Amino acid sequence: MAEGAPLLELRGVSKVFGAVQALNKVDLSVPPGKVTALVGDNGAGKSVTIKTISGLWPPTEGQILWEGAPAHIHSPNDAEALGITTIYQDLALCDNLDIVQNMFLGHEKLRFGLLDESAMEIEARKTLADLHVTTVRSIRQPVASLSGGQRQSVAVAKAVMSAAKLVIMDEPTAALGVAQTAQVLDLIERLSSQGTAVMVVSHNLNDVFAVADQISVLYLGRLVAQGPVSDFDPQVVVDYMTTGQSTRTEDAG
Amino acid sequence: MTDAESTPESAIAPDQLVVLAPDVLADSLPDYLRAWWKRIRGGESGALPIIVGLIVISIFFSAKSSAFLTSTNIVNLFVQSTFIILLGMAELYALILSEIDLSVGFVGAVGASIAMALISAPQNWVWWAGLIVGLAACFLIGAFQGTIITRLRIPSFVVTLAGLLGWQGVLIYVFDSDKGAVGGVITVSNNIIDDLVSGTMTPAAGWILLVVLVALYAVITVFRTSRRRAQGLTTPPLSITLVTLGAVAVAGAVLVYICNRNRGIATAPVSGVPWVIPFVLVVLVAQSFLLARTRLGRYMYAIGASPEAARRAGIHVARIRTIAFALCSLTAGLAAVVYASRLGSITIGFDGGTYVLYAVAAAVIGGASLFGGYGKPIHPLLGGLVIATLNNGLALLNITTAGTDVATAAVLLVAVAVDATLRRRGRPGAGG
Repeated sequence: MAEGAPLLELRGVSKVFGAVQALNKVDLSVPPGKVTALVGDNGAGKSVTIKTISGLWPPTEGQILWEGAPAHIHSPNDAEALGITTIYQDLALCDNLDIVQNMFLGHEKLRFGLLDESAMEIEARKTLADLHVTTVRSIRQPVASLSGGQRQSVAVAKAVMSAAKLVIMDEPTAALGVAQTAQVLDLIERLSSQGTAVMVVSHNLNDVFAVADQISVLYLGRLVAQGPVSDFDPQVVVDYMTTGQSTRTEDAG
Repeated sequence: MTDAESTPESAIAPDQLVVLAPDVLADSLPDYLRAWWKRIRGGESGALPIIVGLIVISIFFSAKSSAFLTSTNIVNLFVQSTFIILLGMAELYALILSEIDLSVGFVGAVGASIAMALISAPQNWVWWAGLIVGLAACFLIGAFQGTIITRLRIPSFVVTLAGLLGWQGVLIYVFDSDKGAVGGVITVSNNIIDDLVSGTMTPAAGWILLVVLVALYAVITVFRTSRRRAQGLTTPPLSITLVTLGAVAVAGAVLVYICNRNRGIATAPVSGVPWVIPFVLVVLVAQSFLLARTRLGRYMYAIGASPEAARRAGIHVARIRTIAFALCSLTAGLAAVVYASRLGSITIGFDGGTYVLYAVAAAVIGGASLFGGYGKPIHPLLGGLVIATLNNGLALLNITTAGTDVATAAVLLVAVAVDATLRRRGRPGAGG
């Protein structure tokens, strides 16, 4: 967390649902162009956090800063306008449409008022090539024919297409096998090397330590630790996730 | 990062690449055929099985009845099928959205009877003005039902079931308020509308139209292919383009040839392509264009597969669905006009409740999916032909209406079963 101002900062953000305090004064910061892992046990508030950032559930109190300035994110459109794209576990792809059609869904290129398939295909191909997505045989195949990792790639490419500055990925590897997980982790690295900040929500500490530059740990709605990945080792993270504290190191958090 | 550096190619086995459009992958004819065969086995069978089925049924009937394969009967069959084909194309809009519209029969009839009443005495409007008002009424009815469905979030099944009852009542009002309607019959009093089905073009005009259409198709195909190639995109192999073009030309030539043979009696010869055939073709092309080449069409397919994905992509889901229901009703109006033209009148006893079932059956038998997201205008065309062939052939064999209904039901069941089975086997749309 040494270099530069954070891209996104949550200051004292709380979220209350009736009697349930889902988030309790969370101070989270996401640096630009880096991979931030948001980890925590079930019910720690990971989902609430990303839904707050992506505008689905505005915070009860606290402030969200985007590129240093206070931001008001009250709807998914607000988040998208800022450059925040969230990829949920269901990926939100249309199985009957092909890769190009999915990548441009809602933002189709037109020529004389009609769909310009050629232009979209060329641009989609370039975006996928930039992300080194090489495993699909044709970008004209329907998304239903893709493997889990490839579907994840399409969802990421779609986010890149929308010129996102921050891509939030909810459990991107949860449903994937070993090889496909590797594929997705590779994609995350590629994305951040292009200058896009990535926030990965994950349970899987192997994945977290493979890609993350920074780790933020939530425990029962509180942010209990945050710092560069070098400050942590898996055992310390597990301590934070399960008890909210760790006696093994003192510099983290 | 040792994990991530493993070769990404290993991440996917070739077998995972199911169901691809052959024209997407193949560079040569053998490649294309292989991909195509794989696709059929994978469940995305396309139009071929239904065409083969149609041919088999036709062979069966022509073996059983010498009257079946006469040009008189074939043309008659085509003309009979047009109403259900058009009504099926109307229903297609709802099916793509994973919805259903049970009201298409009566909504179409309301529009057509308004149009016919305005054109005939005592109103005596110009034919096109009457048609525009009738079709506009259909469009507004569809928009109204679509608005209720989307804004009040009531299932389309319920809203259009109410429509099935309600618009039948409105149909009776239309007949009651038309002074020209005698005994619940509004006669088609305009020659142009009458000629839509009973009139034919001259044999020469039929051939000229065919040549023009095939040439147009060829030019458009060549233009699009060369444009894609110039941009460095994959194109289907030339041989495939030529085979498709040849098939279209041959099918068209056979059609025109059959229509141009004399099917009248010696003293009153009748020949030529009935105007309703190019009319259906125009509706088919317009609908294909809308569905495949415009944003509206793309969004309909997207919503049919995943309304949530469409919503997150920023698509105004409610608006698109409302427009689709309006287009559905509008097309139903066209279908009912063809119906009135064929019979020379429209009656108060119009059986819209049965016709809508035939319309759904036509679309589904032809290959559109009841589960949303799939279906092209060619599907109700093929399905409508199957239904008309069954009706026609079984009637020639002196099988009763009861028997025909049972046979049609059996074909429908088979088609739906195939649709559901293919879905389970992982056709696009099965999800994951």
